[in-house]
Amino acid sequence: MIETPLILLDGLFFASAIYLMLSRHIIRILIGVALLGNAVNLLLFVAGRVTREIPPVISGDTLPASAANPLPQALILTAIVISFSFFAFLMVLGYRAWQTLATDDTSGMRFAEPADDAPPPEGY
Amino acid sequence: MAATPLDLAKIFVPSPAPETWLVILPVVLCITMGAVLATIRKRIHLHAPLAIAALALLSIIDAALLYRVATQGPMTMVMGRWLPPFGIAFTVDVLGALLALTAALVALAGAVFAHADIDTNRRRYGFYPFLMFLMAGVSGAFLTGDIFNLYVWFEVLLISSFGLIVLGGEREQIDGAMRYGLLNLVATTLFLIAVGYLYAISGTLNMADIAAKIARQPSALPLMTLATLFLAAFGMKAAAFPVNFWLPASYHTPRITVSALFAGLLTKVGVYAMFRVLVMLMPGALETLAPLVGIVATLTMLAGSIGAIAQSDLRRALGYWVIAGIGVMLSGLAIGGPQALGASVFYMLHSMVVMTALYFLVGLMALRSGSFDLKGAGGLWESSTLLSAIGLCLILSVAGLPPFSGFWPKAMLVGAALEKSLWWLAAAILLSGFLITFAGGRIFLLAFWRAAPAAIAPARLPVASLAVLAALAAASAAAGLWPEPLALLAQTAAHGLLDPDTYIRSVFTEPRP
Repeated sequence: MIETPLILLDGLFFASAIYLMLSRHIIRILIGVALLGNAVNLLLFVAGRVTREIPPVISGDTLPASAANPLPQALILTAIVISFSFFAFLMVLGYRAWQTLATDDTSGMRFAEPADDAPPPEGY
Repeated sequence: MAATPLDLAKIFVPSPAPETWLVILPVVLCITMGAVLATIRKRIHLHAPLAIAALALLSIIDAALLYRVATQGPMTMVMGRWLPPFGIAFTVDVLGALLALTAALVALAGAVFAHADIDTNRRRYGFYPFLMFLMAGVSGAFLTGDIFNLYVWFEVLLISSFGLIVLGGEREQIDGAMRYGLLNLVATTLFLIAVGYLYAISGTLNMADIAAKIARQPSALPLMTLATLFLAAFGMKAAAFPVNFWLPASYHTPRITVSALFAGLLTKVGVYAMFRVLVMLMPGALETLAPLVGIVATLTMLAGSIGAIAQSDLRRALGYWVIAGIGVMLSGLAIGGPQALGASVFYMLHSMVVMTALYFLVGLMALRSGSFDLKGAGGLWESSTLLSAIGLCLILSVAGLPPFSGFWPKAMLVGAALEKSLWWLAAAILLSGFLITFAGGRIFLLAFWRAAPAAIAPARLPVASLAVLAALAAASAAAGLWPEPLALLAQTAAHGLLDPDTYIRSVFTEPRP
């Protein structure tokens, strides 16, 4: 019955990830994104059943009913690679943003959408 | 234990027929060419010709694929020859092939247009390799028959689009890329969660297998939650109303060719995935969700067409028009039935071509008048009549006025909405068309008809770029004047989604227990 604590832990992961991503600071959002990726991986992992030392190999005619499903672990492996590379990219991008835009605060990042953008001309 | 002889016929599919290689060739070609271009980055002058040749070849392959699936039904190839559902299957039906072909043509246009727009420095940072990898992601997403594989292709196109959006590294780009990157990453993570749950309840990732399993016991599985999750994830990718704000914040920041490719390709992949998953896999849940999708579609159309009116920067106005187009496609999903879905597919093709062409147009307009802003624009009618004529065609087309390609799908959607007495949805389609006409008319008035506010030394327009733009506008006019073949193909695609029997049979040749 290791699933229940793992599920609770996963909920905690999601909660902290969402809390961090609601922040205005890029660095906190990035940590939130990293946590979110891990939360999803843990979710997939628990969905594939958590057991010990029962290989998912058909011996005789049947698969032991308590064997873990190996496929979610393959999915997680893919997802880890992807979320790690995305996190790496976004971290570099965040650092570059801090260098170029001189701010880490999203409400101060108004270069793509300037706050004083005047509406288009109303007449000729 | 005595070793039992393995019957390989129970594990492997027989050798694939030669023509099934067509299914995987688009992806193979794009990845190979992307890798080749990345390795010859010192010989930068070879990039453009090689990429254009590869994309032309990709268009031919996709056209052959479309011909094959339109005449003989869906086609499947399983990776590693593992019997489905264990191997990753690529399954192509008319919808996938049609969209892949249009995407290839749009990318070909983009590669030619980039010749004058993307300078050597940006090419050295890998514009063409990124474009090829982007096309690998887009083609893979349209052609795959495995839902986790669909997620992987989403990530492939997303990471390539990151590369493209930051190309050049200007302040606006970094700012836009930050929003684009974070929000799209959250969207694909939602998609991954939904895929994980879908596997947990259905025990398979093969879309044909899922469709068959759900059709067998529609009420036994908790599909509503899943359908809503998928709707949220794909809605975010497609920039549907409450989660559309990343699009106008980022699409105007990169070079205009990159914006054009994004507008033509990326959001449509989100809409395609929504159609594939909600219509084909979970039709029962979609029926319940349809009113919600209708509301989202209405608000998306209105948010897009109203937002464009407030923009002075032409590229940002176009970003809002992309959103309005997404709303029109979603309205077909809300109405349901082959006619409305077919019209949505038709509109998707129209939108891919016309939105790309509009970004190209704005790029050439800015080349002539010196800025993307409406405030200083003017005098284009006098300085370039051809550009003005193309501009008028495209504005009429995006607004959905005859005789251009936007008219027929919108007319079909309004007809289908009224048939199901969804008068408010029909009204929203018409109203958003009217608002786009208004904003487009104002662009034409200010940028083309108005006299130039200051004397600007007119830059020469690159002939190849102008030719590409004219070709896309001509395609829109041709599809508007002679809509029947496209409409029929779109109808076939919609039927394939609504009745996935042939799709499933192409994956599982014999009935499964």
